[in-house]
Amino acid sequence: MLEVKDLHVHLETPAGLVKAVDGVSFRLEAGQTIGIVGESGSGKSVLAHSLTMLNPEPPATYPKGEILFQGENILTMDKRRLRSMRGKEIAMIFQDPMSSLNPVFKIGKQLMEAIQTHQKLSKKEAQQKAIELLTDVGIPDPERRMQSYPHQFSGGMRQRVLIAIALAARPKLLIADEPTTALDVTIQAQIIELLKSIQQKYGTAIIMITHDLGVVANLADRILVMYAGKIVESASTADIFYKTAMPYTWSLLRSIPRLDAGASERLLHIEGQPPNLIDPPQGCNFHPRCPFARDACLQEDPPLGERGSGHLAACILSQTEFEKEKKGVLLS
Amino acid sequence: MTALLEIKDLHVHFPIKNGTFQKKTGEVKALNGVDLAVNKGEVLGIVGESGCGKSTLARSIVGLQKPTSGDILFNGEAYTDASAKEIYELRRNMQMVFQDPYTSLNPRMKVSESIAAPLKAYKQTKNLETRVKELMELVGLNPDMHYNRLPHEFSGGQRQRIGIARAIALEPKLIVCDEPVSALDVSVQAQVINLFQDLQKKLNLTYVFIAHDLSVINHIADRVAVMYLGKVMEKSNRETFQAHAQHPYTNALLSAVPLPDPDKERTRERIVLKGELPSPANPPSGCVFHTRCPKATEFCKTNIPVPEERGVPGQEVACFYPVGEEEKVKITL
Repeated sequence: MLEVKDLHVHLETPAGLVKAVDGVSFRLEAGQTIGIVGESGSGKSVLAHSLTMLNPEPPATYPKGEILFQGENILTMDKRRLRSMRGKEIAMIFQDPMSSLNPVFKIGKQLMEAIQTHQKLSKKEAQQKAIELLTDVGIPDPERRMQSYPHQFSGGMRQRVLIAIALAARPKLLIADEPTTALDVTIQAQIIELLKSIQQKYGTAIIMITHDLGVVANLADRILVMYAGKIVESASTADIFYKTAMPYTWSLLRSIPRLDAGASERLLHIEGQPPNLIDPPQGCNFHPRCPFARDACLQEDPPLGERGSGHLAACILSQTEFEKEKKGVLLS
Repeated sequence: MTALLEIKDLHVHFPIKNGTFQKKTGEVKALNGVDLAVNKGEVLGIVGESGCGKSTLARSIVGLQKPTSGDILFNGEAYTDASAKEIYELRRNMQMVFQDPYTSLNPRMKVSESIAAPLKAYKQTKNLETRVKELMELVGLNPDMHYNRLPHEFSGGQRQRIGIARAIALEPKLIVCDEPVSALDVSVQAQVINLFQDLQKKLNLTYVFIAHDLSVINHIADRVAVMYLGKVMEKSNRETFQAHAQHPYTNALLSAVPLPDPDKERTRERIVLKGELPSPANPPSGCVFHTRCPKATEFCKTNIPVPEERGVPGQEVACFYPVGEEEKVKITL
């Protein structure tokens, strides 16, 4: 349904050219959920915004690549076609439910506006539809809540409203950019359950962007790990966690404290911080922080290589070499 | 063992003022009867969702917030009504690390000046430069490279290191850490958590460590207090915190944390709490959790539970119907 081919997105800043997305390719089938995981500055949000060309231009430019949505290239699409597609076929929800709603309009009005933009419905019908949508996303007493303003809703409820707006036109693809980061953990659990039930009910494909490996462990079929504008590992969710093939993914998994861990073991931390994308390191982007780095990593920027069926990783180490190295690092 | 820090029936209420004459029309009960004790050399983890009062507690402990009633004792001495001079003396032994490494450093002060500030305030200016360099090394900053730099030249993780160096400068006994790692990236968070643990061993520190992330608390704390709407719901040891949690709220929190493990994540049970957090201006009667509790009865609406031991040694739970082993959610499978 969606195919991204060798996408490059550059940001022109006063300090220099930032290659925020640097040659990313992936495919998404209908009804599938893909998780995109990365730290801040890894390019995951720029990538997500590129899918409907929502990056402000300037500074963003799209020098190379294709985004094919049902066969059409979004990057070369006519502006009017793009406008009508946003929200209708590809919808998006954002991290901050506080600033994504207009504070001076009632929830019902904002929801009905979204419905009537994409469908020719009378006010009565739109109202009926809005109530259905609010019920769908689990807002109690929807008739009355239509008359409320955003400030009268809690963070979790506002995120539910935004999901309702996103679902208004029954999109085929929902892009969720850190939708639970601003929420408390019990509310996060509610929203994840909601997204799952929506997917089951309507078969919507979801792209979930997050820094939290736990969130995608639950939700995603496939996971893409991003580092410094590139995909460094791409595999089924189980393979990412149990057959990790890229040193960055592996280190990341061992650096997070776990609730199911026993007595406190020392966390294996990653030295340094993510690279500056104006002046990225020579060779492999991760080599300055990689516990397995060797001289060759300074020269060569390894492409994504096959590690198993549907499992890609960007590292010069083969899987057997990597297994051996891992044991060494864990022992020390 | 005597407690280094003791909190007794602490209340902090904020008035709600309305109208032209700012008449008081209500109260937000940020802390509503909190009892806690921290022993020397241990890490007390405080966990709860937003609005539970955990930051107000941190501010009260270091004397940035005057309590409405109740007592806080340091080394057995109450300082709730202390004078400015007494608070000054107290802070020699009690420092704080803040959440936001971007706003907790003065942007116009060099790193060395920020770290030296507490030393100057307490007139420990002998060998100042050597001491500051020593502190920078202790927190993993290179003094030769970073001594004269300004905060904007540093990343979030490094800034948090500066904040930690400043907090340990006076060799305090107790450090109150209010969400010190929640603004950091995952890969950097581990560095700072390890630093906290190393420093604790090296300098024999006691921490009150506040976080909303249960995984972080489970990793770093020796004892854990779970807060909800200004009250402590459950106090436990690390060993019993996740495996034998008795309060329905603790269990709901534990079950909501996403685990980085797809097999466990897709098979375990999840308790989804109904409804929303009630307003602390108008908390529910009886047990404050009864409006969202899956086990609540009529009894809970009128009676207030106090934390007491119920079957698990060293664990106190404020609940009339603690969760038994047989009904416990399987966190680890």
